[in-house]
Amino acid sequence: MMILEIKNLHANISERPLLKGVNLTISAGEVHAIMGPNGSGKSTLASLLAGKKDYTITEGEILFEGKNIQDLSIDERARLGLFLGFQYPVEIPGVTTAIFLRAAYNSQQKARGLEPIDAMDFLSIVKEKMALINMDPDFLYRSVNEGFSGGEKKRHDIMQMLLLEPKLAILDEIDSGLDIDALQMVSQGINLFRHSERALLLITHYQRLLNHIEPDYVHVFSQGRIVASGDKTLAQKLEKEGYAWLEGGHNA
Amino acid sequence: MLAWRLQAYQHWLTLSPPTWPHVQYSPINFNNISYYSAPKSLKNRPKSLDDVDPKLLETYKKLGIPLHEQAQLAGVAVDAVFDSVSVATTFKEKLADAGVIFCPFSEAVHEHPDLIRHYLGTVVPYTDNFYAALNSAVFSDGSFVYIPKGVRCPMELSTYFRINALNTGQFERTLIIADDDSYVSYLEGCTAPMRDENQLHAAVVELIALDRAEIKYSTVQNWYPGDENGKGGIYNFVTKRGACRGTRSKISWTQVETGSAITWKYPSVVLKGEESVGSFYSVALTNHFQQADTGTKMIHLGKNTKSTIVSKGISAKQGSNAYRGLVRINPTAENARNFTQCDSLLIGDRCAAHTFPYIEAKNATAHIEHEASTSKISDDQLFYCQQRGIDEEEAVSMIVNGFCKEVFKELPMEFAVEAQKLIEVSLEGAVG
Repeated sequence: MMILEIKNLHANISERPLLKGVNLTISAGEVHAIMGPNGSGKSTLASLLAGKKDYTITEGEILFEGKNIQDLSIDERARLGLFLGFQYPVEIPGVTTAIFLRAAYNSQQKARGLEPIDAMDFLSIVKEKMALINMDPDFLYRSVNEGFSGGEKKRHDIMQMLLLEPKLAILDEIDSGLDIDALQMVSQGINLFRHSERALLLITHYQRLLNHIEPDYVHVFSQGRIVASGDKTLAQKLEKEGYAWLEGGHNA
Repeated sequence: MLAWRLQAYQHWLTLSPPTWPHVQYSPINFNNISYYSAPKSLKNRPKSLDDVDPKLLETYKKLGIPLHEQAQLAGVAVDAVFDSVSVATTFKEKLADAGVIFCPFSEAVHEHPDLIRHYLGTVVPYTDNFYAALNSAVFSDGSFVYIPKGVRCPMELSTYFRINALNTGQFERTLIIADDDSYVSYLEGCTAPMRDENQLHAAVVELIALDRAEIKYSTVQNWYPGDENGKGGIYNFVTKRGACRGTRSKISWTQVETGSAITWKYPSVVLKGEESVGSFYSVALTNHFQQADTGTKMIHLGKNTKSTIVSKGISAKQGSNAYRGLVRINPTAENARNFTQCDSLLIGDRCAAHTFPYIEAKNATAHIEHEASTSKISDDQLFYCQQRGIDEEEAVSMIVNGFCKEVFKELPMEFAVEAQKLIEVSLEGAVG
């Protein structure tokens, strides 16, 4: 089943074109990786899919399970089952993590036509998810991401993905700033998420993440569009040869 | 009593309204205000809470706390001020058993003249300021509380105020006296129905704590703030002050101010008794065209006195919010301590936050700390919350409630819940 379909997508930020004709189709059960040099527009694509307002779509369309989501707000898209793991998860001082997570969880419950979960039941659900990636339950009583280390923030995002069970998770540079142990744990969480009814889109600069999570498809992003697609061997080629060959080839 | 009022009136005539607060409004014609309004006939007045205007109860329902339920389930005694005459007093017997006096001010003048004569105007004299003088001259009713020596008041005391008659200024007078070794927690909550004309509210509250006595005074103020264009709304010009007269006495003010078009209010503590403690916890929210100039005064006179100030100001739309606070350490106040924390949160880019802290230390042993911060709900924070499926309004109210947490935890449980809901209701339409 098709989850995400991006057709000839062009987008600007304050008149400056950032995406120049992106085409991408992701079906249930698949793991896609987008790789590319810094500034190629990978993160733009992630924020734009999530519904951030800074961009103007000038051409093309985005379909989520066949439905055009261009006019939906960020939270409406999230409630359809689109999740974004952030490159830099933001801190929210004063807001207790447990309260934040329950609000997020119950918004999904509501969208799925289910009853909201009370605080006690929720605690046992969330603690179970935290245990999956070795996250200390004490984090529940701290403010959202406040004072968390870089690795803890990323782990928290992955835990949220496991908790909310979206249909599509887009993980933007989830591996950046992680040491080996943290990368292992985050990868373990991501692999647990893999499911025949869900899909993953990994956005990364480095190949090392793909040693832990094997993608079905690898796409190379350059200058606002996908310039090459292949299987995991494409990632290995990039690791060996860098991105220079692409840029050169493209300009020629 | 009459002589005192007349003196106050004569004095008021010599004063002019203060212009130093950071608020703007057109001059008030004090001759156009009706100074006394009672329900049409005393015989027809509501005999129980069931007879109270359903609109009042509806507002509480919207906040999740029906008045009668709150009164009975939570064991709160309610002295409901319905216009200017008190109409319902409950739990009176239980309080009487404990020796606690909790009654309308008008009744106290007749039943307990000695206490009134001894304490009225001793914390806020009629010469204090323009609005205190006006109140002293014209106040019609209010609440009176006396907690005898060694008594811990068996329940939270509560008064709901309401302004609803045409052109009625409300001039309440509250006097609370906690005798040696006693304790009382007093809750004041306010609401007013939709109206078009500006209404003046100039109350005076006086608290007196004797040796080792403790008074906790909590306010949730939700008067009509005016419409989205700044039309209408209450002018809330209130003088609240407590005196820690006794050794090791404590007075604590907690306020959640979300209503009124203009709020001008500085609940203060005079720390006279040795080792006495004063605190002020405040959340003030201004949305649309609301203006607030609020804060506190901590006047340290006695040795080893301590005070704490935590102020949280929230501004949205074109709201303007000012914190104004004075910490004064007198020469007699050896080893006095103060901690002040003053945070502002801005929502959107057309609102304003101002901080005017005044610190006067006249004793070299004083310890004074002042922390201040201003922050804005960032687009990234909203993006993060919304990306998790939480809609924008819920996200904003969650962030704002987090910001206010330190103050809310000072409120009695049922009031904290109400305060949280109130913030949500008050922020409706604050974003986007």
